[in-house]
Amino acid sequence: MFYWSSFSDFLHMGGYALFVWGSYLVTIFVLIIEIALLRSRNKALRKTLISEIRESERN
Amino acid sequence: MSSLNLNWFKYAAPQRFYGLAGSLIPWFVVSGVILTIIGLVIGLGIAPTDHQQGDSYRIIFIHVPAAWMSMLIYLVMAFWAAIGLIFNARLASMLALSLAPTGAIMTFIALWTGAVWGKPTWGTWWVWDARLTSELVLLFLYFGFLSLHASIEDVRKADRSAALLAIVGVINVPIIYFSVKWWNTLHQGASVSLTKAPTMATQMLTGMLIMVFAFWMYSIAVALYRCRNLILERERHADWVKEVL
Repeated sequence: MFYWSSFSDFLHMGGYALFVWGSYLVTIFVLIIEIALLRSRNKALRKTLISEIRESERN
Repeated sequence: MSSLNLNWFKYAAPQRFYGLAGSLIPWFVVSGVILTIIGLVIGLGIAPTDHQQGDSYRIIFIHVPAAWMSMLIYLVMAFWAAIGLIFNARLASMLALSLAPTGAIMTFIALWTGAVWGKPTWGTWWVWDARLTSELVLLFLYFGFLSLHASIEDVRKADRSAALLAIVGVINVPIIYFSVKWWNTLHQGASVSLTKAPTMATQMLTGMLIMVFAFWMYSIAVALYRCRNLILERERHADWVKEVL
């Protein structure tokens, strides 16, 4: 079923390992950064909003 | 018909949309992960090598989906920006703003993987041909949209000004898409066409289309998540926000 005869063949990518893995790794990296930024933004936002609400309830 | 219309407008309220998006995101995440696994197993594992380009062609499984998404997201973004502008709809403008960063990221991925694919195939990372140049213009349009929006303090004013820029920039999308037809470019022609039989092996095409759907799922999930952040930020003084926090 699989095209490759071994795992090292797969990693070698017919001599194009640098190019193929270079594009896949950068893509994964960029997407992970996007998700991480969104999550940390969400956390920070919740924190600020909750403290804002507490502040207004005290006054 | 009227009940159908009612349902649509129901979700135009940020509060309703916040809940709807929150319950939809997990579905898009799960289907995105499943599609990515299947697509990569087919593309990187099962599909045969290309007799012209060797295994460097395997970049196609992210390059084409990212390039398609970069154009499609722009059109959707401009559509919602226009709706926001014409009907003064807050949620539509927020959707447009939520799509822009993801669109820029897709454009960057298309350019990056294109450069890395170009080096072994054409012998150069970059050429100023019509396809590559117009895709770079797309990246600057996203940057322009985002920085124009960020530079105006009043958010509704920012929404409107950025919407105008987005609408004018739509002209660039058909230029990117048809550039390989209209001009002599180093970039190869369309890999998939509705009118011609596919020129790719079935497994290559299957892997690529599955990855296209995976990128769809990813983009929808992150755009909805970002939109939820935006809604929280802009509706912070509404009573319902206190309840969901």
